Amino acid sequence: MAQMNMKEAIRDAMRVELNRDPNVVIFGEDVGNVGGVFRVTEGLQKEFGDERVFDTPLAESAIGGMAVGLGIQGFRPIAEIQFVGFIFEALDQILVQAARMRYRSGGKYTSPIVFRTPFGGGVKAAELHTDALEGLITQSPGIKVVVPSNPYDAKGLMIAAIRDNDPVFFMEHLNLYHAFRAEVPEGEYTVEIGKANIVRDGSDVTIIAYGMMVHTATKAADELEKQGIKAEIIDLRTVSPIDIDTIVNSVKKTNRAIVVQEAQKSAGVAAEVIAQINERAILHLEAPVLRVAAPDTVYPFAQVEDAWLPTPARIAAAVKKVMEF
Amino acid sequence: MTKVPYEVYSEEVEALSVLSPEGEIVNQDLMPELTDEQLKEIMYRMVFTRTWDDRAVNLGRQGRLGFYAPVSGQEATMVGSVYALDKEDFVCPGYRDMPQIVWHGLPLYQAFLYSRGHQHGGQIPDGVNVLMPQIIIGAQILHAMGIAMGYKLKKQKQVVITYTGDGGSSEGDFYEGLNFAGVYKLPTIFFVQNNGYAITTPFSKQTAALSIAHKAVAAGIKGVKVDGMDVLAVIKAVRDAAERGRNGEGATLIEAVTYRFRPHSMSDDASKYRSKEEEAEWNAKDPIVRMAKFLEKKGLWSEEDTARVKEEAKATVNEQIKKAEKTEKMTVSGLIDSMFEQTPKHLEEQKADFQ
Ligand SMILES: Cc1ncc(C[n+]2csc(CCOP(=O)(O)OP(=O)(O)O)c2C)c(N)n1
Repeated sequence: MAQMNMKEAIRDAMRVELNRDPNVVIFGEDVGNVGGVFRVTEGLQKEFGDERVFDTPLAESAIGGMAVGLGIQGFRPIAEIQFVGFIFEALDQILVQAARMRYRSGGKYTSPIVFRTPFGGGVKAAELHTDALEGLITQSPGIKVVVPSNPYDAKGLMIAAIRDNDPVFFMEHLNLYHAFRAEVPEGEYTVEIGKANIVRDGSDVTIIAYGMMVHTATKAADELEKQGIKAEIIDLRTVSPIDIDTIVNSVKKTNRAIVVQEAQKSAGVAAEVIAQINERAILHLEAPVLRVAAPDTVYPFAQVEDAWLPTPARIAAAVKKVMEF
Repeated sequence: MTKVPYEVYSEEVEALSVLSPEGEIVNQDLMPELTDEQLKEIMYRMVFTRTWDDRAVNLGRQGRLGFYAPVSGQEATMVGSVYALDKEDFVCPGYRDMPQIVWHGLPLYQAFLYSRGHQHGGQIPDGVNVLMPQIIIGAQILHAMGIAMGYKLKKQKQVVITYTGDGGSSEGDFYEGLNFAGVYKLPTIFFVQNNGYAITTPFSKQTAALSIAHKAVAAGIKGVKVDGMDVLAVIKAVRDAAERGRNGEGATLIEAVTYRFRPHSMSDDASKYRSKEEEAEWNAKDPIVRMAKFLEKKGLWSEEDTARVKEEAKATVNEQIKKAEKTEKMTVSGLIDSMFEQTPKHLEEQKADFQ
């Protein structure tokens, strides 16, 4: 097995699939010659040629629409939107056109597209480069939303996403691209889309998180353990669809839960998780399920970013609250 | 050449130029009317902008600035285009266009605050008709068109200028802005700084059109192409466009052909996509050198002047960055309070987490 960071793991997944399936094509702004602003696709154009990996003009709606058209033609497009905040330019193509293709054509056409985009806070980027917009996408039917938290999952989920016959919105956290290396198997393997992962066993409280927040929650859990509280951490990996069974099984064991998301508090993934826990496991709860999230403001300019994003201290405080309820 | 009746007029256009790279006037008829004092002021601003850019890149490396897009090489387009306008005209910039809004009145320390990610950077003083730099490529083009519509409805004679790059000219918003401005005959100046690259993507992969100026044809507005390394040509083109706008003759698309000497942003490496030869070729067209040669011949400028302006600029930048650094830090509570006129109850509650 090789040691890879998350960026290399995602690149490796795309390489594996470019090799395996001639219908896979990659395009977007700057992805070809230099391999994108984060070099995630670095070297792929050299290896596979500029018909399979190519730069587009600067036009997100056209990138989305080209993916839809290529999908109709039987290709498996991987379309990169350079930074998450620029998906708005392409939302009609992503949420209206791609996500409805199967339904509108009675299954004749599908959108086997992966929309890749970097996102995620704590890097002091310019406006609209980091916002956690997964809630917006998950509210739309017909598209899956994947947010990996480590290199192993990232590769397996990416391969699964490319092979999926429906559109997948694949969000890559900027803070995780280079954060650490981990063992990643060579060649093909998949991680099932829609399946959560218990990344830490515990008996007292369940912390549900995804993406970068898995790591922030782990820091909080280390602190809590010193105080005798054993937290179980679930990494959702996929925020649409949500793996409610894994969550319910955990809650049945711990009887307490909190949900952590990097995005603003209201009407997001955490709210959805809590609603589903209420629907399926309310009698197992000893306390209300709390959310730790960013406040309901626009993503702030860099000065207050670190205070604004959920911290281990805020997660630990929420856990204490449900423990003492 | 006989024209086929169904063929759209599509010949190469030549860029408007006034000064040669040697600083000789090549087109006396097109020379904008400028006094000696004005010529010196334009030179002053270009040298100041270059020095500020050099300092900003260093400050960025020291971690004293945040997001910053280098501008060296584009002084003629940036300084010249706003110089050609009146204080009452409106400027809608893209992310690289900080010099234009500073020369139009935004205090420099606020530009630094913006870069450092402080909200106050965007609190534009009254009477300064600018927007903050736009991150979403193309969005500002539509705002400019809307602001121009406002002037038209209010029967005011101001014009609006908006900037984007060769990359930005591919966005849907760009075409929509041009088209609306054409339909309503709006006093908008769409100024495209074609510096040859959108991050790493060369102009040849951006469009198959002969020029960006040609894109005006489809919107029914005037399109012109100008040498963007020639500040006098830029001033001429923008003045003409402003006059047309004020006279009710509608919008103009100006393509200025220029070059940024530094990479796209402070974090990328231009050697991955441009050649040394190309860079040298453009260095020889440096807008500051060209203007200096012209002014030196007229006895209006000397090397000592350049040195003096550099020192002045360095001192100003140092003083202004210190002012930015001393500005009280933003807080999450302050941020929450800035969302609505009246902070709703749920947000009041959320403040508790941050006090
Ligand atoms: C809608 C949108 N898409 C993508 C980006 C990312 N991006 C920032 S600058 C840039 C290239 C812009 O090139 P150009 O318009 O030629 O301007 P230049 O930087 O050369 O001045 C890109 C793709 C963005 N800011 N907004």
